[in-house]
Amino acid sequence: MVAVVDYDAGNVKSVEKALDKLGAEHVLTSDPEVIKIADSCILPGVGNFGDCMDKLRSAGLDKAVKDFAASGKCFLGICVGLQLLFDESEESPGVSGLGILKGKVKKFTSTDELKVPQIGWNNVFNVKGRLFEGIDENTYFYFVHSFYLDAADKNIVTSNTSYGTDYDSSIESGNVFATQFHPEKSSDAGLKVLTNFLKIAGEL
Amino acid sequence: MLTKRIIPCLDVKDGRVVKGIKFLNLKDAGDPAETAAAYDAQGADEVVFLDITASADSRDTQLSWVRDVAATLFIPFTVGGGIRTTDDFKAILREGADKIAVNSAALMNPTLISDAAMKFGSQCVVVAMDAKKREGAEGWTVYKNGGRVDMNIDAVEWAIQAEKLGAGEILLTSMDTDGTKAGYDLELTKAIASSVNIPVIASGGAGSCKDFYDAIEVGASAVLAASLFHYKELTIREVKEYLKERSVSVRL
Repeated sequence: MVAVVDYDAGNVKSVEKALDKLGAEHVLTSDPEVIKIADSCILPGVGNFGDCMDKLRSAGLDKAVKDFAASGKCFLGICVGLQLLFDESEESPGVSGLGILKGKVKKFTSTDELKVPQIGWNNVFNVKGRLFEGIDENTYFYFVHSFYLDAADKNIVTSNTSYGTDYDSSIESGNVFATQFHPEKSSDAGLKVLTNFLKIAGEL
Repeated sequence: MLTKRIIPCLDVKDGRVVKGIKFLNLKDAGDPAETAAAYDAQGADEVVFLDITASADSRDTQLSWVRDVAATLFIPFTVGGGIRTTDDFKAILREGADKIAVNSAALMNPTLISDAAMKFGSQCVVVAMDAKKREGAEGWTVYKNGGRVDMNIDAVEWAIQAEKLGAGEILLTSMDTDGTKAGYDLELTKAIASSVNIPVIASGGAGSCKDFYDAIEVGASAVLAASLFHYKELTIREVKEYLKERSVSVRL
């Protein structure tokens, strides 16, 4: 059973629909106890870093997510769900992230050539790790974000993407996985990433 | 590299996709979910649905087809038409839509843009604008109610204001070129795209592969077309291959 963390952030429905399509049993929940007993956990995204941290904290979900990540069971963060795993974000100065992994979230520098947010399909390169099994270098995924990850430990980075700068677009650290792109909105390639995660997690 | 997006637009009436010319001679063209899935298979980067249902009590029908689309379509989709309040936003987003397009409602009540952006994030707020060249004067004005009422608001000014209020994208339709198949309004597209720092989706007038290329060259981040794709005059793949040959980054 996959617990999809419901903290009033956008697009939980899309994640659920993708899990339905792939045949993975799942529950949308804001109950720390339900998260605790789930076999795997997904923290979906879209939203402001500080708002999302506030919502997680006020529901007691920050601890639930941290405990889950420390449990050794498979965890997947998507979009803001990736960013929240790290220490801090330029989007919300002074707000601490979950701090499960070390790194900072920075803002894209807007120029005439570079519209912010980045909205659309971009490719991943330097691809490695279990999420990308069977996925080619330079495959396109769907991104929507204004802030990007700069991980402190580059060994956990499993892909890069270029938007004004080459940034870290996915990570794998033990049982903790996360993608800046939206696999649930990235057509066949995205469903393949989710399938890989669900297989690693023993859900499929 | 971020690719330029090719977006088919589907008109939906009473829960069914319809085809027609300028809302006349509407013919049933299928189920929204199935039609959209076919475009996904062809390589569409997103799909925009425009609900042209006239009846007032159609929200349940709308929520029902949006739910069906979300269950089968794994690329982003936008829903527009008849959305007036942040509660409308919430209801449709909860069914799985990724973005909401607002047009007349935003003109009548610009704070709808900021309210929705605050609540749901800029990324899901698309401001659709219908613009037409001023007669005997420079520039363009925006129209409401499907192009029936001239608001006498300058199109460039409105785009800048929409961005300031928190719009994440602008869906720009030229009333002068819409339906002509003579190409997008390049002057208008360029004027808007160079005035804002959010993506602009060009709409209205696509008739050939070159038209898509030209709109991208003047600054469009995405290009939208309806009848061209519905009537299979061009496939999305043909457009993308044409663009790729000319060094435009596309997802193929």
